[in-house]
Formats: sequence, structure tokens, C-alpha cells
Amino acid sequence: MTFQIDRRSLLKSAAAAGAVGIAGLPGRAFAAAPTIGIIYVGPRDDFGWNQAHAVAAKALKGVPGVKVVEEENVPETVAVQKTMESMINLDGANLIFATSFGYFDPHMIEMAKKYPKAEFRHAAGLWTKEKHPGNAGSYFAYLNQGHYVSGIAAGTVSKTGKIGFVAAKPIPTVLLNINSFLMGARKSNPNATVQVIFTGDWSLPVREAEATNALADAGCDVITCHVDSPKVVIETAERRGLMSAGHNASQAPLAPKGFITGAEYKWETIYKDFAGLIAKGEKLPNYVRGGIDKDYVQNTPFGAAASDAAKKAAAAATADLKANKPYFVGPLKDNKGNVVLAGGATIDNYDVKLEQTNYLVEGVIGSIT
Amino acid sequence: MTDAVQSPAPAAAVRSGEWIDRLRIGAEYLVIPVFAVLVSAALFSIFLLFLGKDPLQFYSLLWRGGFGTAFSWQNTLLRSAPLILTALCVALPARAGLVIIGGEGALVLGGLAAAMVALPFGGGGPTLVVMPMMALAAAIAGAIWIGLVGVLRHSRGVNETISSLLLSYIAIALMNFMVEGPLRDPASANKPSTADIGPGAMVGKIPGMDVHWGLVWGIVLAVILYILVNRTTYGFALRVTGGNVRAARAQGLPVGWLMISCCAIAGACAGLAGYFEVAAIHGKANASLIAGYGFTGILVAFLARHNPLAVVPVAILFGGIAAAGGLIQRRMGLPDASVLLFQSLIFVVLLVSETLYGRFAIFRPRAEADRT
Repeated sequence: MTFQIDRRSLLKSAAAAGAVGIAGLPGRAFAAAPTIGIIYVGPRDDFGWNQAHAVAAKALKGVPGVKVVEEENVPETVAVQKTMESMINLDGANLIFATSFGYFDPHMIEMAKKYPKAEFRHAAGLWTKEKHPGNAGSYFAYLNQGHYVSGIAAGTVSKTGKIGFVAAKPIPTVLLNINSFLMGARKSNPNATVQVIFTGDWSLPVREAEATNALADAGCDVITCHVDSPKVVIETAERRGLMSAGHNASQAPLAPKGFITGAEYKWETIYKDFAGLIAKGEKLPNYVRGGIDKDYVQNTPFGAAASDAAKKAAAAATADLKANKPYFVGPLKDNKGNVVLAGGATIDNYDVKLEQTNYLVEGVIGSIT
Repeated sequence: MTDAVQSPAPAAAVRSGEWIDRLRIGAEYLVIPVFAVLVSAALFSIFLLFLGKDPLQFYSLLWRGGFGTAFSWQNTLLRSAPLILTALCVALPARAGLVIIGGEGALVLGGLAAAMVALPFGGGGPTLVVMPMMALAAAIAGAIWIGLVGVLRHSRGVNETISSLLLSYIAIALMNFMVEGPLRDPASANKPSTADIGPGAMVGKIPGMDVHWGLVWGIVLAVILYILVNRTTYGFALRVTGGNVRAARAQGLPVGWLMISCCAIAGACAGLAGYFEVAAIHGKANASLIAGYGFTGILVAFLARHNPLAVVPVAILFGGIAAAGGLIQRRMGLPDASVLLFQSLIFVVLLVSETLYGRFAIFRPRAEADRT
């Protein structure tokens, strides 16, 4: 299944979308110099989601002729609309990267309608051709692939076979990462389990530390997480003498002893592609997504806790993912005993079904409700 | 009618210098806060110099981003709209001697209540019915929430500052529970939200501006509350209660009722702020309601010395600082925290400046100054 939009289907979609779509037709001359506005919901140095984008922004600044303007701590309110307007009006931005989930609707959509000459891209797969303006779009990276690879390495080095997962909210992307981590771990250790604690929100440092300690007390010897900033979780795990696997950005410096590897976004790939297209005056794709195969996701270089066997197993899995080999392979049950996949059946790595994950697979200890 | 015309005239004749005295007293409330802001600006300049940044550039960007152009003004006003309402939530109870800091909770619940009322209409429903119902529901939800703080204070002696803060956490948890559970729109997979309230229930913009009607409501309510506090017997009773509860009780004032009712009115203001967030901006209730407007409102109210009228310009000042924050980040490479630091410096210096009142002879009526 491919979601890349070539120029022909884009023309069709633009025609179908009518006037709104026409605003973004190829050949419409962009200013040759791309000015890109990047908006973050939190601080740029959070060791997590925002940092992953900020690292890419820094790489983008190194590209000759590209101007980057950044703004951090922009809440998901009317403030982000005004930030976009300000970037367009005062800084001359012709492309906005809105990196927080809640920026999309209504904020980015409103601004895309108001400024048809600017392009808007949102870091999550929400854009649909029928519903949204043609100068808006989505880009997303499948971090679950990175978590799968981390899981394989973690399953190899874990002595107790118990892995602790500190998660924010039981929403599809988070559940998918938990499931992927477990499936990786079970690949190297069929008896591995992942115990999950949901903290309830994206950034609750105190509760994240408590959850990490609780998982350590429960006998987990590897800790990983899906929260906005994994800093507290990784640091707490290191202090408890546990191994850890990262999330979003590189947390390797936080755990010199226990770090194995981590799932990292590589937004740089997308940002540079987009900047290049603008410089050439070409139309930006409305919908891009990818994982390890497209270099949108990578694993953090191995830390001290990764054994040679773990490195080898992880490298093999990475190669499989690069070849787009599915890792959701049946038979697979959820942790309530319902069948997810029959024996022999698979779910493609880019199947939309994965984005609607509403279950935890067998081997995950924890409940969504 | 004739009385009204005649009575001031003899008074003016008796004390011709009275208006100067009034000016002196009034000036104190203007000069000291302005002075406090200037001192904080000076302190912040020193901080900037340490960072190797140009303070002049900072303040010129602050001006440009907040007030320099028509776009900046709209940006500023838009951001100040919720702040006026949440600041009123602090200012009114403060006149009765209550320090309420949980406006955030009333805002969040107000927004949730507004969305809940609109949801049964399924995005349709007659605007003239849905819109007032939503606003009313939001005001009532906020009134109950902060009113509860007043009840706890009066009937159980629970400290209102602590209880309002803790109740705001409960309010946020309640909103999250409803939005992630019973009221969740299945389509909102990764950002749990209620369903859309529909375009018919949305509040429009003030003609010719990019600012929604919440601003006008805020200003009107500020004026109404000013009149309530300063020109009615209710307001007088409130101020007596705030000045000295025992004296108020001795006078036979219904202290409990006064506290609870002013808390409820205050909560209604914050609830309305939540209504406008839902009905003018988001179109649904979700975690975006928790944006800290309730907490910035505390700063605004204190800077306005709990005068409902002064809340308006102060909210605009804070809106302007917030509006310029982005430009400052982008142009000067300063972290967002620097603007927060500036805000908090203003707050601290302002609290310190409270001790200055009554210390300068120039602000006292001539007669009194002569006597001392």
C-alpha cells in the first residue's frame, strides 16, 4: 500500500477539491528561498518530542538558502493561530510545520484557509483530501517500528524477561508502540512480558518517576516509555540501576550505564525534502509517512547495556523493516484473549488498521480502561 | 433632579481643592503600579545584558509584537479576552477578602458544560436557543465550582486559596474523564475531544476585527462588576466584609451569603471564559482548554489591585506581552521562559510595591498632609 501522492493523482485531487486545491498546483511560483516556521508545544530541549523536531530544525538551518524561524511553548489555543500568522506576516514564512497534535483542528485548518499562499504541514496523519484545504497536509513517522527494534534488543539483554513501560494515555499511537515493543521482545525471548502503567497525561514528571519506581519494584529490569519527555523515566531507571530504552529523541546521554537503544524520529529527512521542493518551486506532497524504510525513524546508537547479541538481533530486524517486511504476524491475541490475527495472517507495516489500535497484545500486563 | 444639580455646586464652593485631592488619591493607584512595571523592566534589562542581549531590542520587539501594528493589536486583544474574565474571577472575591486562585477549574468546567449542552443538538439546533443555553450552562458550572469554595470557606472554615486550587485539579480531572470517556467523539482517536458543537453554535468575530465577542463580554462584565463593587450596597457590604469580617458580622451583614454569592459571580466569569474558548475557538471541549488562562488571570487581578475596571488594561498589557513573546523568541533567540520571567518579575515587584501605598505625602489630600 502506498500513500505517496504523485503529481498526476495530485492534479486529480486538486481538481476534485475545486478552488481550494488549485491554490497549491505545481508551477505556482514560490519564492525561491524557503522560509520555514516550526512551532513547538513545549521546550525545544525536552529530551523528547519537541527536541526531536528541534534537532531536525537545526539540521535544516544548515541547508544553504533555507531560513528557519522557531517558536516554542506555543499552547494549542488561538495562540498558535496567531503564531502562524505572525510567522507569515512578519517573517515571510512560506511553509509552517505545526508539530503538536492539537494544532491541527481547528487552528491550522483555519490558518490554511486564511492564507492560501502559504503551505501548512502537521506532524500527524490527520489530513484528508476531501475535508481539508489543499495547502495543508500531514507528515508522520511510524515510531512503532523503532520500538519494535528496541524491543528486540531489550528482550535479548533482559534477565528477568520483565519490561516496564511508562505510557501517557491509552490512545492508538501509544498502544501501538507498547504492542510493538512487546512483539520485539518476544521475538528474542518468547516469555517476555511488558508491564504498562498509564500516567494519564503527556507530561507528569512526578508520576512518571513514581511509575518507573513501581515498575522497578515489580521486578522489571528494562524500562521504556511513551511520554512527551522521557527524561525523568530514563534518569530514574538509571538511578535504580536498570536498563532503559528511549523514545522520541536520543536519551543516551542520560543513561551512560543502562542505555540499550531507543526509537527516535528523524524529522530531518522530511524537512529537508520539503525545503528542497520549495526551493525548486515544486508542489509539496500533502501526505507523507514512513518508518525505518524511508529514514523517517531510526534507532539511537547502542548504549553500554546493549550486548553483541542484542546489536545483531536489532540490526537484522532493522534490515527486515527496510525491506518492508511486516512484523505483525499471526497468530496474535490481545491480552483479553480475543484473536487479533489468525495464524499466518499479517498486518502490513503501513496498514491504517495500526493507527486504530485499541487493544494490548497478549504478553502486555495492563489495561486500557 | 434639581438636587443632583445643586448639591455638588455648594460642596465645590466649600472645598475648592477637593478635585485636586481626588486626583492625588487616584494618582497613587496609577503611579505606583506603573512605577513597579518600570522597575521590573529595568531589572529585566540587567538580566538581558547578562545574557548578552540588547534590552532596547527586547522592548522594541515587545512594542512591535504587542501594540505596534493593527495585526499586533488584534493579536493582543484576542489573547486578553479570556484573561479579563479569569482576572475578574480573582478580583471580585478579593474585595471580600478571599484569595481565589482556582479560576482555571471554573474555566475548564465552563467549557465542558457549554459543550455538553450543545452536544444533544448534534451540531444543529437553532442558534438563538443553543447559544444562550451554552453560555448559561458555562456560567452556572463556573458559579457552582467557585461557589463551592465559598461554601467550604463559610461553613467549614476551609482556606479558600487552597481549596480553590485543589478543586481546579479535580475540575481538570473531571473534564479529562468526560472527554476521554462518556463524551468522547470516536473520531478523535489521538486527541480525545467531544464531538463538534457545530457551526451554528459558534460565536463570531467582532465586525472588522479578528477578535471574538468574548472581549466585549469581558469589558462589559468588568464595568458591571465595577459598578457592583463601588456603587451598590452589595458592593459596600462586600468591601466591609473584606476589610474586617468581625466588624461586618457585628453590623449584621450576611457575611456567609456575601462570600458565597461573590464567589459564584466570580466563578460565572471564569466559566464564561471557558464558554468562549469552546464556542469561539475550539468548537469542542478537550484538553486544550487547560491553557493556563486561569492562572495568568491571578497575575492580572493582582496587578489591577482587584479593581474590575483596571483589569481590562492590565489584561491587555499581559495579552500584549504574550503576543510579542513569539516575535521575541524568533528574532532574539531567547527561550520562551524569558517572557515568563519578565511577567513574574512584574508580579514580584508589584507585590513588594504594595508596601509603598500611603507613604508619599504627595498622594494624600492636602488637608491631611498639612496636618501631619
